[in-house]
Amino acid sequence: MKNENRRLDLALICGVLGLFILPWFHIRSGFFGGEWVLDLLSKERYWPGFFQLFLGKLQLLPVFALVGAAGYLRLKSEPGHRGKLIAIIGALGLFWMVLEGLSIGLRGWNWSLLEATFGRVDGQPAFGAGAVLLALTFTTFISFGLAEKGALKGDAIVLTAVSLLILLVATFVFYPILSMFAGAFQDFRGNFTTEGVMRNITDPQIWKLNCLVGGSCGIAWRTMFLAIATAAGSTLLGLAFALIVTRTQMPFRKSLRTLSILPIITPPFVIGLSLTLMLGRTGFVTEAIEAATGLELGRWIYGLPGIWIAQMLSFTPISFLVLVGVVEGISPSLEEASQTMRSGRWRTFRKVSLPLMAPGLANAFLIGFIESMADFGNPMVLGGNGGVLSTEIFFAVVGAQSDPSRAAVLAIILLGFTLSAFFAQRMWLGKRNFATVTGKGDGGRYAKLPRRIAIPVGTIVALWSLFTIAVYGLILFGGFVKVWGLDHSVTLAHYITAFSISFENGFAFTGVAWNSFWTTMWIALAAAPLTAAVGILSAWLIVRQDFPGKSAFEFGLMMSFAIPGTVIGISYILAFNLPPLQMTGTALILIFCFVFRNMPVGVRGGVAAMSQLDKNLDEASLTLGANSARTLKKVILPLLRPAIQAALVYSFVRAITSISAVIFLVSAKYNMATAYVVGLVENGEYGVAIAYSSVLIFVMITVILGFQLLVGERKLRRPENTQKSPAQGKLKEAAA
Amino acid sequence: MKSIKTALLGATLIVGAGASAASADELNVICSADNALCEKLAAKFEEKSGADVSMIRLSSGEAYAKIRAEARNPQTDVWWGGTGDPHLQAANDQLSVAYKSPMLEELLPWAVAQAETSNYRTVGVYSGALGWGYNKEILAEKGIEGPKCWSDLLNPALKGEISIADPNSSGTAYTALATLVQLMGEEEAFKYLLALGKNVSQYTKSGSAPVKAAARGEAGLGIVFMHDAVKQAEAGFPIEVVAPCEGTGYEIGSMSLIDGAPNPDTAKVFYDWVLTPEAQNLMAETGSYQIPSNKGSTQPEAAPKLENVRLIDYDFAEYGSSDRRRNLLARWDMEVGAAAN
Repeated sequence: MKNENRRLDLALICGVLGLFILPWFHIRSGFFGGEWVLDLLSKERYWPGFFQLFLGKLQLLPVFALVGAAGYLRLKSEPGHRGKLIAIIGALGLFWMVLEGLSIGLRGWNWSLLEATFGRVDGQPAFGAGAVLLALTFTTFISFGLAEKGALKGDAIVLTAVSLLILLVATFVFYPILSMFAGAFQDFRGNFTTEGVMRNITDPQIWKLNCLVGGSCGIAWRTMFLAIATAAGSTLLGLAFALIVTRTQMPFRKSLRTLSILPIITPPFVIGLSLTLMLGRTGFVTEAIEAATGLELGRWIYGLPGIWIAQMLSFTPISFLVLVGVVEGISPSLEEASQTMRSGRWRTFRKVSLPLMAPGLANAFLIGFIESMADFGNPMVLGGNGGVLSTEIFFAVVGAQSDPSRAAVLAIILLGFTLSAFFAQRMWLGKRNFATVTGKGDGGRYAKLPRRIAIPVGTIVALWSLFTIAVYGLILFGGFVKVWGLDHSVTLAHYITAFSISFENGFAFTGVAWNSFWTTMWIALAAAPLTAAVGILSAWLIVRQDFPGKSAFEFGLMMSFAIPGTVIGISYILAFNLPPLQMTGTALILIFCFVFRNMPVGVRGGVAAMSQLDKNLDEASLTLGANSARTLKKVILPLLRPAIQAALVYSFVRAITSISAVIFLVSAKYNMATAYVVGLVENGEYGVAIAYSSVLIFVMITVILGFQLLVGERKLRRPENTQKSPAQGKLKEAAA
Repeated sequence: MKSIKTALLGATLIVGAGASAASADELNVICSADNALCEKLAAKFEEKSGADVSMIRLSSGEAYAKIRAEARNPQTDVWWGGTGDPHLQAANDQLSVAYKSPMLEELLPWAVAQAETSNYRTVGVYSGALGWGYNKEILAEKGIEGPKCWSDLLNPALKGEISIADPNSSGTAYTALATLVQLMGEEEAFKYLLALGKNVSQYTKSGSAPVKAAARGEAGLGIVFMHDAVKQAEAGFPIEVVAPCEGTGYEIGSMSLIDGAPNPDTAKVFYDWVLTPEAQNLMAETGSYQIPSNKGSTQPEAAPKLENVRLIDYDFAEYGSSDRRRNLLARWDMEVGAAAN
């Protein structure tokens, strides 16, 4: 019982801190800058909620009343009796904060109806540190209250995790999307209209299916065909790489890991650029082939084939990262059992190993499908005439059309496709059991790949690796030549323009790239651990815990992944530019965008890896008296190292390379590398753009290796090639 | 762990440094012109005024979308450069604020006209005429004579060689569409565009991409603003710049002050300063070949001389209006775009 009181005390202290100490409202110069402390006396705006009450902000009164009520219950009532009331207080508190936050804007009531009913009120700024802390306090009230009532076996840790995640997802995924869809039904002045939506939803440019009869198809179908092709291709290639790395002795297979990471750490349009120089109409490969065969190849690279190749280059590594954890996780003892029962290697592979990889394969396919749907950089460079949904959305917003309702309609279609893929995957995998890491005695070694697979797979992997190396070589080369495609004399000028340092008047970063470079670095480094934490925590809840509304919870988490970055960017501006939450122009909005956009990969990777861990492991730990937090920390997390690493790497890298959402969220003060590089490309300054990208690639490799050291490898079973086994040692001793 | 800690520490230091500098005058600029030019302008202004300039480069469409999305709580003070249409639209939507700069007297008539059209909510800072650049090597190889007129572009020998942007996404291509409509009348213009479509290999998304493709030999000819073509030629690519013989339209790169911006006073200082010859001469220095709007500014030598170009009397008010634009684009989609897909 002491436990219940202690954690409630903690929550109450947070509440008091938020109400009496921290500034309630948003501070324009930034809370973390600390400057506001100096102006505290002169500016009423910076005062805590308690003093705001006396400044006429009566809308805060219920908040005080509710916290007070919770304090009263803490003192007067025992844990067994008050649970329900505490949970209700928490829910009411959150509800009230949302209500008053959305109703009272900068200049008073947001809706004229309210003004007519209640008369005028003063406007209020957006929520600040105090208000945010209060929202968190109310959330913990809900979970602690429910825990005391005995929900989920009274596991307060799980309950708190679930409610916090729900709060976060609601705020950073659903709220922006709702703001945007609400915007689709408004004209510019804010009046309700369905005209734009009706006009666009019936547009034949989106839906026509003429390609089946020799014409061309609408954007929707084209995007879907491309996504299926990319997902299938990248999953197969990713599997090939994973098998080669874990189950053969192919030379250089260790460096494949590094090589396969290359494409995701590249700003995507750089791949497109490099491809056109190779395979474009005047590309050197094209010219060589034309010279040798006399055929005219033309511009096939512009359009779907080119986008497909570029996407395969970009997304194969992601599916590799997902699959390698899965392939490693398959317990060799099952394969050994199969071989003991006289199955050949091929039969074992087909009947045992491959089916056990199913969740991994399905996840890789899903990720490839969604990534391709949401991809923006490659279609941008290699688009050809038609474009795909993501670019069409972008141009519906920023193009000469400026038609936000068209953007919303296209976004809904895109969402429809990605969500259908998501459900199809869930139905296919169903409730089958894929657990193979059980903690039971398991000393086997991986079966080597059967030869009839190893040879073709090895060849494909080798060829694809060579292709990747060529594309990258070309990129690096581009940074050192004067004018790419014209004057190939070697120069360092681009690097100097971007990254020069001056010592003249003291040390100074004078290169044009430094500013955006440092911003990008610290934002990416801040976002990566947060993303991994949120992702793995969610995966653990999804796989290991049962709570009502779990599938809705999972759906909500995956949602932000299915939304293309362009839509996220626009919706974040719409949602977070005005009270109650105001973050535009800050670094915070970028960090939140990255966390909630990239978290789904952490979730999927975590889910795939965790489905392989037998539940007995947790139960053993719980039986021995560890609570769920300790079990997570000591048992689950160490076994999830590959998944954690994938999540860290992925989110770090995506924070640096993603462009579509970022381009709307960067501000003059917080500019990101990709937004800057896109500007360079648009202006044809390929040299500096490529030099900058090369530096980014180099930095990302360094940091990825750092993450690898930090997280370490998981040790599942005895290492291969032990030099001296204990038995041998003893034998030697005996011989001596 | 250590590396992350150091990085975070570095990050906090940077943030701290940013915060302590914030006490000086601040100015947030969106710049829709060439990156090199944008940076030069920001640096020079910082040097001159001591204000802390935060500059970001966005294409004019992106800039307009951002400013509109932030309308109720603007984060930007000045929007410099980019085609005039979205600036006029912003003026129309009252996103920008009226300001009569004392510098107006020194400006060329077309720049003042832009200010008058918008009730002084925007002003012309540079202009450039529409034309095209063709790749001399490719056309010579195919034995095609360099096209001099709009009608020459229909030459069947040019099949698959022409590249132009999609007017739905690019202001440049919309200017071309509007120019042809004003030059030939709407019916004739669409007939022409449909015929031109047979020679077009690709409708690109970005306005200046066609001539970059032509420079690298991915296309034979790109229809763009002439200063973009000049830029490729100056970089050494085999590009010949052409002003069409029948006459052509032009853009007026503009500047607007954002309504309700956080630093309106510094913004006005910047506004007046960028209209001076001192600031406008930076364009030529950084390799932007538009025509500056101040009478006293020196024209870049490589810039296409407007005297030698037959300019039409482009009606910015009519073709910048939302309805006219929507109708033209819808028709383009139905007739020209549909044929291309």
